[in-house]
Amino acid sequence: MSETVSEKTRDRIMYVLAMLSAALLTWNLYKIFMILPDEKNQGAIYRIVYMHVPSIFTGFTGFFVALAASALYLITKDLKYDAFAAAVTEVSLAFASIVLATGMIWGRIIWGIWWAWDARLTTMLVCWLIYFGYVMLRRAIDEPTQRARLSAVVSVFGCVDIMIVYKSIEWWRTQHPAPVLSVRDGGGMGPGMESPIYWNWLAFMCLAAILVMVRMRQESISREIDSLRRMAHAY
Amino acid sequence: MTFPGARSTTSPPALDIDGVSKYYGHFPALRDIRIKVAAGSTVALLGRNGAGKTTLLKIIAGLSKPSQGSVRIGGQEVREQATRARIGVLGHGISVYDELSALENLTIFAKLYSLPEPERRALEWLERTGLDRVRDGLVREFSRGMRQRLAVARAFIHEPEVLLMDEPFTALDDRAIAVLQDLLADAHASGRTIIMSTHQLREALELATDVVLIQRGQIAHAGPRTQEMVDDTGWLYRTYGED
Amino acid sequence: MTPFLRATITIAAKDLRSEFRTKEAFNASLSFSVVILVLFSFAFDPTSEQMQSISGGLLWLVFSFASALSLNRSFARELQNDCLDALVCAPVPVAAIFLGKALANYLLLICVEITALAVFALFYDTHFSQQLGPILLVIALGTWGMTVIGTTFSALTVNLRMREVMLPTLVYPLLVPALMAAMTLTTDLMNGMPLGGDNLLWLRVLTGFDFIYTLLAMVFIDIVVVG
Repeated sequence: MSETVSEKTRDRIMYVLAMLSAALLTWNLYKIFMILPDEKNQGAIYRIVYMHVPSIFTGFTGFFVALAASALYLITKDLKYDAFAAAVTEVSLAFASIVLATGMIWGRIIWGIWWAWDARLTTMLVCWLIYFGYVMLRRAIDEPTQRARLSAVVSVFGCVDIMIVYKSIEWWRTQHPAPVLSVRDGGGMGPGMESPIYWNWLAFMCLAAILVMVRMRQESISREIDSLRRMAHAY
Repeated sequence: MTFPGARSTTSPPALDIDGVSKYYGHFPALRDIRIKVAAGSTVALLGRNGAGKTTLLKIIAGLSKPSQGSVRIGGQEVREQATRARIGVLGHGISVYDELSALENLTIFAKLYSLPEPERRALEWLERTGLDRVRDGLVREFSRGMRQRLAVARAFIHEPEVLLMDEPFTALDDRAIAVLQDLLADAHASGRTIIMSTHQLREALELATDVVLIQRGQIAHAGPRTQEMVDDTGWLYRTYGED
Repeated sequence: MTPFLRATITIAAKDLRSEFRTKEAFNASLSFSVVILVLFSFAFDPTSEQMQSISGGLLWLVFSFASALSLNRSFARELQNDCLDALVCAPVPVAAIFLGKALANYLLLICVEITALAVFALFYDTHFSQQLGPILLVIALGTWGMTVIGTTFSALTVNLRMREVMLPTLVYPLLVPALMAAMTLTTDLMNGMPLGGDNLLWLRVLTGFDFIYTLLAMVFIDIVVVG
């Protein structure tokens, strides 16, 4: 009985978040495309920053939340933290993909190349690869408890690695600055141009929360199916 | 369930399984297992495939952690290092290295158990299991029976207080069975505790002082071995099992 | 000698001894390295200036490919006959078992790498003799980083389907900082630049990486192996 009540509450929360996110995104898109002028150096393409930067924020927030959830799983051995960690990581990986895609489109227009081996790009790519490995690992393990334990360890190792990668690539590229990068520093944000980034971040976070909730529900259902299957085979 | 065992003492039980459950995801492989085994008992752990015998033995051996509950050997947590020296485990695999010789294998484990004069101890056990003539032969070249005898020597080289065995008689040849039976008789005579899971009801029941029947991850029956169990091996399942 | 150390040495000696008997991992890694080194000569002009500027990167690519082969075997070798169970049952910390296996892997990899380095010097016109000491130091540090991560993930993936695929998928992205540091340092040293200045920063990254992951591995290995 309590299960159905909490299901209902969860549905309600999801609808509220969805409406909030939709309203924010509509307003932001209107503002970004209809009100804000083109940027003086970059022209129209600069608008991609409103997708790009909030995705970075959302993605990295997610990876750190996943680290915390993984640590909590290892401490408590409660599978709900594992489901949370898995859901958050997958959603963050999706946002990381958006970051890479939007970044590359922007780079093609402004730099003339799809990819530059700059500090931030490389960090993001390594990050993406590490968490892709995490998702692959989860698929390779059938037993839920073992999967939770091993993927939590990978999450911890991965998050530490990203911090090391970030620090070390910063040093690397500050020693040999690539000339293409000056464009990035050259374009400052005009007045009123910055706030939509933060509003979009909020919208993306709402969206991420909905996706995480859906994913967690799937995760708990698949765990249930797994245990039913085991029971069917065992008895 | 408490077994009186061969000897009654006031010291903590040789093995105390207290409310052990093990979940794989939501699937309960073991549910609230409670067994106290007095020192000197020989317990036969019976049950069908998939009932949870191996899972329980793995937890007792410290190879896997219970989701709930605790396992104590002589009053100590099983994953504590000192406790592990008190148990010997003979699992499904022979747990010796194919590329190493019989003597090298046993010496390594003698060293891991911090036994004094590891090599002498290894030689002693090779003699005991009738492998002294092939002590420098690589395990890879051994016959099946020789490998199994070496596995027995490896598992009990540190003369543990508690002997855990998973299906010990399955797939053994006659000579290995004889070695194992001698060893178990010795161990029982010197007051050691033996826990074995098995399908071979007759062999197990002849040795056992107590019987635990596990079904669907729960204890279906636990108690002293009776004569009717030995006389009619189907009796136990008919009486306490669901079929 | 402490029990921890004694267990570590016993395990390391055991692994090295069985490796010495079969030479499986050594032969596989070494022949693989030589093949890659030969293939590289087709990828670009081996006498050009360009060669000098990428020598460190090449060498570490060879090392990291070769390491995957032998690290994959590290814990897999314990699966045969369920040996891992017997080790975990023994009254020694899992961290000691891990460290012993890591040491064995390390020595094995160092042997492969030194041989590969000699082959590299023969095939390609490189002049690392003037900075040989620092180069060996970088190899020592970089290899330890690869070994710690590799051995940890060898334990982590040992029971998985597709173990051979999962290990490199997980290990290489994690190795990025260590490989980056080792590559940059090796290239600089091979071009005759002494250790110092900016390079020290890289040496710090490499040492830090080794230190952090050795610590993490020792803490988490029990969770990985026992649960």
